[in-house]
Amino acid sequence: MTTRLRTIRLTVNGSTHEITVETRKTLADALREDLGLTGTHLGCEHGVCGACTVLLDGRPVRSCLLFAAQAEGHEVTTVEALGTPDRLHPIQQAFWEHHGLQCGFCTPGILMSTVWFLQHHPHPTRDEIREMLAGHLCRCTGYLQIVEAIEAAARSVGRKGP
Amino acid sequence: MSQVVGRPIPRVEDLRLLTGRGRYVADLRLGGMQQVAFVRSPYPHARIRSIRAPDGRVYRAADLQDVRPIAPRWEGEGFLPTAQPPLAEGVVRYVGEPVAVVVAPTRYAAEDLAEQVRVDYEPLPPVPDVDAALSPGAPRLHSDNVLYRRSHVHGDPDGVFRRAEVVVRTVIRSSRCTAAPLEGRGVVAWHDGSTLWVWTNTQTPSLIRSALALSLGLPECAVRVVVPDTGGGFGQKMHLYPEEIVVSWLALRLGVPVQWVEDRRENLTASAQAREERVEVELAAGTDGRLLGLRARIVGDVGAYHVYPTTAALEPLGVAQILPGPYDIPHYAYEVLAVATNKPPTGAYRGVGMTVGVLAMERAVDLLATRLRLDPVEVRRRNLVSEGRFPYTSASGLVYDGGSFREALEQVCALADYEHLRKEQEEARRRGKLLGIGLACYVEYTGLGSTTFRRRGMTEVPGHEGACVRVEPDGTVRVHVSFSHQGQGHETTLAQLVADMLHQPVERIRVERVDTAASPHGSGTFASRSSVAGAGAVLAAAGRVRERAQAIAAALLEAAPEDVVWEEGRLFVRGAPHRSVTFEAVAAAAYRILPGGSVSPGLEAVAYFDPPPATFSNAAHLAVVEVDARTGSVRILGYFVAEDCGRIINPLIVRGQLYGGIAQGIGEALLEHAAYDDHGQPLATTFMDYLIPTVWEMPEDVRVVHLQHPSDRPGGFKGMAEGGAIAAPAAVANAVADAVRAPVTRLPITPELVLELVCRGSRDGVDRTADPA
Repeated sequence: MTTRLRTIRLTVNGSTHEITVETRKTLADALREDLGLTGTHLGCEHGVCGACTVLLDGRPVRSCLLFAAQAEGHEVTTVEALGTPDRLHPIQQAFWEHHGLQCGFCTPGILMSTVWFLQHHPHPTRDEIREMLAGHLCRCTGYLQIVEAIEAAARSVGRKGP
Repeated sequence: MSQVVGRPIPRVEDLRLLTGRGRYVADLRLGGMQQVAFVRSPYPHARIRSIRAPDGRVYRAADLQDVRPIAPRWEGEGFLPTAQPPLAEGVVRYVGEPVAVVVAPTRYAAEDLAEQVRVDYEPLPPVPDVDAALSPGAPRLHSDNVLYRRSHVHGDPDGVFRRAEVVVRTVIRSSRCTAAPLEGRGVVAWHDGSTLWVWTNTQTPSLIRSALALSLGLPECAVRVVVPDTGGGFGQKMHLYPEEIVVSWLALRLGVPVQWVEDRRENLTASAQAREERVEVELAAGTDGRLLGLRARIVGDVGAYHVYPTTAALEPLGVAQILPGPYDIPHYAYEVLAVATNKPPTGAYRGVGMTVGVLAMERAVDLLATRLRLDPVEVRRRNLVSEGRFPYTSASGLVYDGGSFREALEQVCALADYEHLRKEQEEARRRGKLLGIGLACYVEYTGLGSTTFRRRGMTEVPGHEGACVRVEPDGTVRVHVSFSHQGQGHETTLAQLVADMLHQPVERIRVERVDTAASPHGSGTFASRSSVAGAGAVLAAAGRVRERAQAIAAALLEAAPEDVVWEEGRLFVRGAPHRSVTFEAVAAAAYRILPGGSVSPGLEAVAYFDPPPATFSNAAHLAVVEVDARTGSVRILGYFVAEDCGRIINPLIVRGQLYGGIAQGIGEALLEHAAYDDHGQPLATTFMDYLIPTVWEMPEDVRVVHLQHPSDRPGGFKGMAEGGAIAAPAAVANAVADAVRAPVTRLPITPELVLELVCRGSRDGVDRTADPA
């Protein structure tokens, strides 16, 4: 198979990058392989599990279902842009305190969806949280502590601002 | 310093996992690394006539002539060994079996290359299920299709059944499931000229090292297995697979690093699956509901080969051994068959043997209650082994070291307000709403040691775990253990154990990832063994370090070691608190020449722990469901657990393990089915077909009470990671049966099955008889 290359510019976590990728390369693979951002994980590569969720111009997308070329000129935000181990983002802090993760593989995608969700639902009901979370698969936690974490995150983001 | 064992401290490992700094096997990059893709069989059963490959790095069985197949052993009669070559030789036996392998600079290019490999197959008649496999004249997958057979008689079951006032009988079919960890399997291998490095997300690093060395003809010390962060395992990652061998062989052959990362389709169709069994179970009882005898026949559809290290005997034999469960049953006979079919091998999945055993037994106990018009709680109450009878030897020969079976049942009923629930159920029924209440009581073997594995015949699994505790000169404590973690939180719970032993804050304890060149030898992480076998090793090693630290402190303080006491991270002379040293000073002194050479240098210890046969956890679960008689949907309204896992190390983590297990159990009860068609073709190849629970399937109202009767193992702990997955399928199945008033005999309980049961329930009026089919 002949492979076509394309050079694209995109902004990732605030920095502009120019990368040359095969046109068939997914955004997830470009983030992981070309930009070294391995915090974005691939759980199914067919758009169901949500582990690869990143923000594209602020909105959650499945990066396994987008080609890197489609992100040309757009702004991508990944888990690496949230907090650091000694300065966690309030959502990460809430997940930490409420044991909202076990193996951690699905976590980055859930965190990114939660960032968007709390911006648009600063005072979410439990049903709204469950509806958002239903777009993600987690095989370890049984979800209950994730729901608790998001409720706590909503309270703390509400206090401190996003 | 107050004790940290028992406290809900947030996990140490989370800081990297939350910030995208975890390093899973797919994240590893080595210079010059090549990518691997496998060519897999599209046929369940076929002869390979020829393989035509394009130019490039393509390898097939003929290239791996010196590589030994996967051929696990099992001691004892009734075992028919199988040998799976890492790339199929001549014949393929399941869809997804590796036939050839290709190497290219990127995975995209590797898959392009794999697509150009042309394999000419001659299809053979498939053996899609056990009925086909056992029928006369069936095609044989090996010299026989029965890979394991065992029967056992305890007491006089046939006599008891002849004389019994009441006999109930049912046949339960569990569905073929798969663990489906969110991260699939993966391997990076590299040979540096003397050492074969293998980074892989295995649950059993020592066993994989031995198996790879054996398979590739290398000395064991020339293989170094390193376990990176791992995205769930649930049993599936405890086996040796063809891919580990092939990728390691490629590293040896090519001299460059190679990486293979399993994709979801591969995980759903070519990694070990689990559970598919038919359990015929019969109970003999008196009219008072007292159980007198049990007879069972368990037939497992185990797929095409034995898996290493557990073999195909593990799951169906596990069902037979746990079937009497927490009930006092004097007479028992069972027959177990593990039958080969043209499907992927079955292996370990959370709750091995126990989930299906509990499902079958708890369904049968409910049928007995219905037959006798007794409350299901009352029937259980009359048969649970009472607290005064431990150690109790079950009719299958398991020795329960302790338990709180009756207390758990009473507590779960109190927690759920059982009497009130029954009233609510009646009222709802009058309004046309179908509510159901389902119970499941179980006993769970945890922390098995060598005696249990030997008695079973599992010769490939040693039974011990090892730990090394080393205090660095700055007082930091490093812990190396033999068992890897896949999300259970070992970096925190093991640190809690050591923290208390050495009076240090958890932050000073670092639990390192498993690297077989640095970590002690052990069995691995499976069958709820880390907090029993693993903790035993860690506590023993930390205890020795503690003694050494006291001796060093005594030398520094010029006192006798027995006069040195610990408090708040300091060691001081009893009765003279002003004569004290810090732990850091002791650590530093351990690496200097001490006055008078009274103490040898270093502050570390290695210990192994081979636990006695097993320690048993137990619990009672209660599920409340609502069934929609129009759509067939099942909603779980409430879920209640009274469980005894001994002393708890970290309540946050225990809760998480329990919830996660319950979710998997609900999935197994209602959704999950690795379905195959009548020709052996897989029908569930994506997460659109293999349905794992989302948050919507998980009830919001889950309440748990812990009984915490300590075991007599080190620390008083019992294993607990499987309980939710063991009991939830039975509790949900019983609740659905109770709602629709018809027997549930197979999983998953799909909407179609529910509608069928609703029709039967309304026709029969009451769940009066056991289902004969």
